[in-house]
Amino acid sequence: MTPLLAVKDIVVRRGRRFCLKIDEFCVRPQEVVALIGPNGAGKSTLLTTLACLTPPDSGTVFFGSEKVTKKNALTVRRKLAVVFQEPLLLDNTVLENTVLGLRLRGQKQGAEDKARIWLKRFGVDHLAGQNALTLSGGEAQRASLARAFALEPKVLLLDEPFASIDVISRTALIDEFKSVLESTGTTAVLVTHDFYEVQALASRTVVLDQGTIQAEGTPAEIAVHKTWGGLSKGVSATTITNRVDGSRL
Amino acid sequence: MDFIGQGFIKALQLLLSGDKEVYSIALLTIKVSGTATLISLILGVPMGLYFAVARFRGREFMVGAVNAGMGLPPTVVGLWVALFFWRRGPLGFLGLMYTPAAMVIAQTIIALPLVAGLTMSAVQQLSPKLRLQILALGASPLQFWWLILHEVRLGVLAAVMAGFGRVIAEVGASMAVGGNVRWYSRVLTTSIVLEVNKGNFSLALALSFILLFISYGVTYWLTVLQQRRRQV
Ligand SMILES: Nc1ncnc2c1ncn2[C@@H]1O[C@H](COP(=O)(O)OP(=O)(O)O)[C@@H](O)[C@H]1O
Ligand SMILES: [Mg+2]
Repeated sequence: MTPLLAVKDIVVRRGRRFCLKIDEFCVRPQEVVALIGPNGAGKSTLLTTLACLTPPDSGTVFFGSEKVTKKNALTVRRKLAVVFQEPLLLDNTVLENTVLGLRLRGQKQGAEDKARIWLKRFGVDHLAGQNALTLSGGEAQRASLARAFALEPKVLLLDEPFASIDVISRTALIDEFKSVLESTGTTAVLVTHDFYEVQALASRTVVLDQGTIQAEGTPAEIAVHKTWGGLSKGVSATTITNRVDGSRL
Repeated sequence: MDFIGQGFIKALQLLLSGDKEVYSIALLTIKVSGTATLISLILGVPMGLYFAVARFRGREFMVGAVNAGMGLPPTVVGLWVALFFWRRGPLGFLGLMYTPAAMVIAQTIIALPLVAGLTMSAVQQLSPKLRLQILALGASPLQFWWLILHEVRLGVLAAVMAGFGRVIAEVGASMAVGGNVRWYSRVLTTSIVLEVNKGNFSLALALSFILLFISYGVTYWLTVLQQRRRQV
């Protein structure tokens, strides 16, 4: 199967340092890839590279079999969606925020209805008319997820989307998110620090450290070593399921 | 304090009696400073947006120039503009010296860095991730700039208020390049200076009240515009 999204021989430098150096990484249809690794491992950098938001210093990003270039980056971006840790809503109503992506992509007809459906799906349709900057953190992130799903992306890229939500609402949201992912069959890449999220959502796990891929496998296969201390506190010895062999599967 | 009350009453008398000269002075003040502010807005907002977001060679220099320009003394601007427009100056052939047009140019130079600088800082207060999010939503370059502008619209209005407030209150540049010619290039600030010099303190005070009315009126209108959107 051709991957939906892939990177080949990419290098990203920050100053003189490498912060990402990956020979090969791809996202196949229908899978949910969890990207884990300590702080500063390069997870966010890989995600924005995949999202065609920050071009790599060298190497290639592929959308399907198509090379992503400066010229077609916008077209490719319009087939993806990104959710960051912060909701990043604009100073406008929640509905306007949710419709915005569709409008930018030239979809006018039915855009508002679609946005409302997704707001409802994430339980924030009653806030549609409210200014997005007045929402609580959890509500805002729900709106942000609705905004992303309304775009019906070929690949949904998420950078620690649940990290700043309080624990109680987090579990509920993760469950809702899971059911949406499953019912829509959305392909996704999820950067996370949370072992529970990996277990609940991922079909494949990729461990990133110091800018390179250290291990890869199903969530059950991947063990989380203590020295990857950047991983969330939830990852304690008891949640370690397997030993680390560092091999690439 | 009696004096101030008298000045206030005199200001009202001048306005209500429709004093032709006062009206022409006030009108020119609004025209000159309004035009200068408008030009600063048209040039300064794109400059501010661009300097805040884009990375290019010489950016630090330009940002430094904008920031330094925010504090340019009007008298210095007036002097430099006068040097250019002086009959024997490089732009003397335009014949703009001692005209309202020259005042507009000088005031634009004063307001432009303020509008650009405040716009720039408003954009820089946005989360850098917000720019990525806007692009990720699928914004073309034009859509991107439009959305950023929309996001900082309150800051831009503040920049406009600051720019207008600065140029309407400025006297040095208007005096230097406008020359305070009666019925032609006399604005409120230059006529206040004149009346003070002549010892007509009550008239000077009355004119100063008119200046405050205008300044407050325009700023109030902009403030209403600025605050209206936030009540959603
Ligand atoms: N804008 C930047 N300027 C300089 N260094 C950066 C920048 N963004 C990230 N880095 C560096 O690149 C590395 C990878 O960062 P990031 O992708 O954010 O890691 P992660 O998301 O895994 O925590 C880190 O060492 C970080 O310090
Ligand atoms: Mg990160």
